[in-house]
Amino acid sequence: MRGVKPGRFDYVRADSVDEVHAVLAEEGDDARVLAGGQTLVPMLSMRMARPRVLLDVMHLPELATIEDADGTLRIRAGVRQAVLLKWPILAKRQPLLAAMLPWIGHPQTRSRGTVCGSIAHADPSAELPLALLALNGTVELSSRAGRRRIPAVEFFIGIMSTACRADELIEAVAVPSRLPGQGFGFREYGRRHGDFAIVACAAVAAARGVRIAVAGVADRPIAKDYPALEGGALDDALDQLARSIDVRSDLHASADYRRRLVRHLGKAAVTEAYQCRA
Amino acid sequence: MPRLTADAKHRVSFTLNGRRVEGQAEPRMLLSDFLRHAIGATGTHVGCEHGVCGACTVVIDGAPARACLTLAVQADGADIRTVEGLAPELGRLSILQQAFRRNHALQCGFCTSGILMSLDCYLRANPDPDEPSLREYLSGHLCRCTGYVSIIAAALDAARQLLEAREHA
Repeated sequence: MRGVKPGRFDYVRADSVDEVHAVLAEEGDDARVLAGGQTLVPMLSMRMARPRVLLDVMHLPELATIEDADGTLRIRAGVRQAVLLKWPILAKRQPLLAAMLPWIGHPQTRSRGTVCGSIAHADPSAELPLALLALNGTVELSSRAGRRRIPAVEFFIGIMSTACRADELIEAVAVPSRLPGQGFGFREYGRRHGDFAIVACAAVAAARGVRIAVAGVADRPIAKDYPALEGGALDDALDQLARSIDVRSDLHASADYRRRLVRHLGKAAVTEAYQCRA
Repeated sequence: MPRLTADAKHRVSFTLNGRRVEGQAEPRMLLSDFLRHAIGATGTHVGCEHGVCGACTVVIDGAPARACLTLAVQADGADIRTVEGLAPELGRLSILQQAFRRNHALQCGFCTSGILMSLDCYLRANPDPDEPSLREYLSGHLCRCTGYVSIIAAALDAARQLLEAREHA
């Protein structure tokens, strides 16, 4: 056949979440959930992924919702990044997501890519896993066997690997809405806008302290909580954070350069987070 | 929905530039290849084939998207617009296309159809854009000829013309 790149797979456009669970239960590792496809499709084309069946979950209206209740935002599997970015009250409910979403890819990929898809892919440089960890969010997994919620810190377990089992669907991610007195900061450095970050830092400041999260330095995003940090204490904390991580070196940046970025971007993100507390 | 099996071809149909089209595709066929090989709409160009260069950008259900990051079977039932749909009639270019010609916003033209589709969407939603936002918006497109200066000039020129056309309408 002319002009095909991926290997062969069956395609199922799921009509219900039950159907998704049934196919995943039967096919396990041979099945992959297809949402926006902005990472999975190129992996298919490069034959880095060779599933036997793709399960398209983008025609399920019940998965396309953003729920805003009880101080939690629940973003379900079918919500595209562009849809969340355009949600009129996003900046009010969760300013960190509003600040980070424009850094994900390009308008031409955010139009299709989903929030949960990026979480599923778990690229160590990606913004959404960093946001989920910085905000102490949870991942909601469902399968024929039931439903479980896993905190972000336990979900990301290595480069592009997560605690999601082969029979499970990432049905939603949940993050707390902004609380009064919280402030948020975000900084990222990449070679070009829309590239994967070389290093990205997010900070969440509250009365009792500040949480700093970094992406692009290790095999997964990393976060740490500190009591209130100012001046020299902030520099020392960032220096220790940069030294404590097993920082990777690759053709984009050396480990030493990445550590410098953690100190520099971390300081800017924390400062911003303190400034917008109110 | 029944399972579309890997080794068979399946009917895929969608609206292309306002007209219903259909063709046959294996599940693994990309929308970019389907448009070019099954439909014969070769205005959409294929560059990097992994979503980086932007040459294959088309409009899917009103939003710009990479045809190479979409399977043809995913697009079944969708509304798709490509560069073939921009000109209002044979032999007459759209305002945006005319601005590209006037400003020399293309040399080899390989990236042009994708950029036109992105800008067509952008100018509909943002009729009075500024240069920084256009540059950020076009960061999802690579052009190796122009250095982008003339592309930005054409986009701003087209925005002015479109605003004027709207005022006179």
